[in-house]
Amino acid sequence: MKRILIAAAAIALAPLAAHAEGKLNIFNWGEYTNPELLKRFSETYDVEVAIDTYDSNETMLAKVQAGASGYDIVVPSDYMVAIMIEEGLLAQVEPNTMENFKNVKEGLVDLYFDPGRHYTVPWQVGNTGFAVNSKAYDGNINTWSILFDTPEALKGRINVLDDMTAVINAAARYLNIPRCTSDREQLRQISDLLVAAKPNWRSFSYDGLTLLSTGSVDVSMLWNGATYKARTEDVDSLVYAYPAEGLEGFVDNVAILKDAQNVDNAKLFMNFIMAPENAALISEFAKYESGIKGVDAYLPADFAAAPELNTPAGVTPEFVPPCSQEVTAMYNKIWTNLRR
Amino acid sequence: MAAHSDIVRQDLKTQRRLTLPSVAVIFLFGLVPLLIVMAYSFMKPAVYGGVEPELSLEAYVSFLFQRDLFDDTLVFSADYLLIFLRTALFAMVATLTCLLIGFPTAYYMATRPESQRNRWVLLITIPFWSNLLVRTIAILFIIRDDGPINAGLMALGIIDAPLPILFSNTAIVAGLFYSFLPFMILPIYSSIERFDFQLVEAGYDLYARRWQVLRHIILPIAKPGIITGSVLVFIPAFGAYVTPLILGGGNHMMIGDLIALQFRAARNWPLGAAFSMILMAFVLILLILQIRKNPREALHG
Repeated sequence: MKRILIAAAAIALAPLAAHAEGKLNIFNWGEYTNPELLKRFSETYDVEVAIDTYDSNETMLAKVQAGASGYDIVVPSDYMVAIMIEEGLLAQVEPNTMENFKNVKEGLVDLYFDPGRHYTVPWQVGNTGFAVNSKAYDGNINTWSILFDTPEALKGRINVLDDMTAVINAAARYLNIPRCTSDREQLRQISDLLVAAKPNWRSFSYDGLTLLSTGSVDVSMLWNGATYKARTEDVDSLVYAYPAEGLEGFVDNVAILKDAQNVDNAKLFMNFIMAPENAALISEFAKYESGIKGVDAYLPADFAAAPELNTPAGVTPEFVPPCSQEVTAMYNKIWTNLRR
Repeated sequence: MAAHSDIVRQDLKTQRRLTLPSVAVIFLFGLVPLLIVMAYSFMKPAVYGGVEPELSLEAYVSFLFQRDLFDDTLVFSADYLLIFLRTALFAMVATLTCLLIGFPTAYYMATRPESQRNRWVLLITIPFWSNLLVRTIAILFIIRDDGPINAGLMALGIIDAPLPILFSNTAIVAGLFYSFLPFMILPIYSSIERFDFQLVEAGYDLYARRWQVLRHIILPIAKPGIITGSVLVFIPAFGAYVTPLILGGGNHMMIGDLIALQFRAARNWPLGAAFSMILMAFVLILLILQIRKNPREALHG
């Protein structure tokens, strides 16, 4: 027994013996971080990198809010950056003064959630629409009516994201109602639409890719890059829809937590991913558009031509700031009533 | 005599001292968090999650009443209550299914020769070697549209389109049943195991029919095991989170999802805390009723 204990202790202590300049603990969305990128960073700066993943901004926020998460870097989406800055969870590390900041695309510097980029740098840029398996349906898919007024062929074959805000805002777009409305009549219309649509949906899940690839559904609310990834690696009959009523855009951003232990390494990482050759590695893996200029030279040829990354003229993904607490409370009632 | 009772007292003292660490652990990691949750449930929600330290009963009021979405009056609303009732129904059906399958299984095990019984107990505990999440995902693989059940039925020509088992109420109940079945089998097994089966023979000798033997001899013996098993299945099924999340596809919330929703997207921690307290109160009431009804038998076995 004693010998086993000693062996166990030796194994447990082994990583400590390995030489490393320091550590970096990253908390990012799943299927989003190219292992090559981490390897390159790790080798360049002699830093030991660890990564954990989450499946929604809210999961990440809850963990960070609880305190002492142990992470240095998180990758919140736009509205979540706004929330985290207001809650005082992010460190103001002034990435706009970093060497590689000049590479950030102009349109992404002055966005509402971090104007001037005092806290964050862009990781990936995308939008939230839905993907349809063209084997199951060949009509016009570029409308939210696929979800909210489902054609016969797709009834019971739809997955929507388990994301209160995304689903309710999509319904608002379909009804041409402004996002985060507090008008009760409009909220009632949204609620009625969702309740009427739900019997045609099969599930509420973030795992739309698996559901599509196992044939459990033919339509899933999804992100454009995820659709691209799935189309090239798994289900080649997927088509990404650009609803004429509009869709939600997002920017995911690298941020450093205020209680980070390895701030210097985290800053190195921020600067590192703003170099085009490194930013390209992120896009190559996650299949979203980069927020950094000059990545195309480092990306495979089919990348620029992918329909998922080329928003058609006339469709502008919209960035939606977080709704007020009052509206969130009403969204919550609509959502609970829908899911009961 | 006096010396003897001194020793007994000394023993008691030592025993009490020996239990101190576990009592401390329960206090620190069980009671303290519970008190925090209770305190949160009486506060107001902060804007982006968390709480404002301000006394409020709003969370409990909104369990049964809602400020109307459209004119702010306080009206009775059964939304949350329905979710609680549905959860209770699912947990009850799962418990009954466990009992129906678990009782004959336990009986079979207990009637094996003594040398074999441990092997059977081991077989029953094998699922616990892996994590609940892994087991639930395994069920998902089995029942999904391209899983072996549907593939098998289609190969046999019984159906020509996959049955939509996944993401249905059936899938949730089946998942709960499978996850908690051993909790039913083991207590029933241990209550029948020590039973002297000569009593059954005696029953037959006295012209009892099979049903009478089961009802008047075996069931009374197994009763404490059945009660313990039912409690052990019902309570975790009632608070289940992983199973409905993965197998239910989020179509019909159970309490577990409802509580998680409040702490995440809905950003209403006090409401989530209040639901947790109500859930706990519900379970405690059930347990107290059980103990009162069967003061000696409850929780034995």
